[in-house]
Amino acid sequence: MAETIKLEVTRYAPERHQAPTSQSFEVPYRKDWVVLDALNYIKDNLDGSLSYRWSCRMGICGSCGMMVNGEPKLTCATFLSKYAPGPVRVEPLRYFPVVRDLIIEMTDFMAKLRSVKPWIIREEEKPLSEGEYLQTPEQLDTYKQFSMCINCMLCYAACPVYGLDPLFSGPAAIALAQRYNLDSRDQGAEERMGILSQHAGIWGCTFVGECTRVCPKHVDPAGAIQQYKLTAAKEWFKSLLMPWGAK
Amino acid sequence: MAKKPIEPFLWGLFSAGGVVAALLIPVHLFLFGLAFPLGWLTPPGYESLRALASHPLARIYLFVLCSFSLFHWAHRFRYTLYDGLQIKHLNEVITVFCYGGALAGTAAAGYLLWGLR
Repeated sequence: MAETIKLEVTRYAPERHQAPTSQSFEVPYRKDWVVLDALNYIKDNLDGSLSYRWSCRMGICGSCGMMVNGEPKLTCATFLSKYAPGPVRVEPLRYFPVVRDLIIEMTDFMAKLRSVKPWIIREEEKPLSEGEYLQTPEQLDTYKQFSMCINCMLCYAACPVYGLDPLFSGPAAIALAQRYNLDSRDQGAEERMGILSQHAGIWGCTFVGECTRVCPKHVDPAGAIQQYKLTAAKEWFKSLLMPWGAK
Repeated sequence: MAKKPIEPFLWGLFSAGGVVAALLIPVHLFLFGLAFPLGWLTPPGYESLRALASHPLARIYLFVLCSFSLFHWAHRFRYTLYDGLQIKHLNEVITVFCYGGALAGTAAAGYLLWGLR
């Protein structure tokens, strides 16, 4: 018989179950399989009712984030061999409500993302005939790292502050706000400051740094937040020393 | 003018204190905790060290070193109590204890340094 590995997968259907339970599956152990391959094997061969999100299976879409042995991971980029001989515990992303099995409810994240206005804001759009907004490679470099975010929410599942205070804007939303603040084409930094410099914005962060550690795209949200704290603190002292400049 | 949030100010002290504590305190610890007692460097005499510490610039330096480090501690310890022990409901007590402690320490440092002759 071929080698197998045990997966312990969280099952939960809120309309039928009191609480989430764990179900074990034996799946073939292959060195080139990621956790998502094992889940697909279960769905195709063992239990078609298993529910989970996935799409691109190549670390671009950000759908397949789950807790693997207690750590937030993209299951498409997490090899079974890392956990051999097993068992591998697969659970839905921490701190989010569960819709079913491994599928989390992301409305809260979507609302937070929207609240920081992660798009280019212009005081006035120039007419199309004047062409594109040009940018030098240096200007691109200032925000490029933060633009790599794929909204996979692993950083939220890693953030103990988000776990304790659900009002906290959270790592990805702040990093994405900073992505646009640093964009030379953007003029919305002041609009965003009102949201970001609240307690539930940047000041909620206690610089645990787990968000940066688990980020599969090396966005460094913790760095973005500290950077923004410095900006906001500077603004604060500036408006203290020069109150006539305050808006 | 709208009421200013206090958090940027506290964070400013925290962050300045972090820099001071991380960069300067190890130097003091190395000199007075290791290098002088173990004889790696010849320790300055009591009188000359006292004269050095009495210089106005040295006093300002020591005051900033003590005060900022204490405010760094206050902010960090406040969140350690909030999140680590999960006693956020004691918000007022914790805030008074932490920042009050830092203020008291700052006052004590100021008093001692002021009286240094």
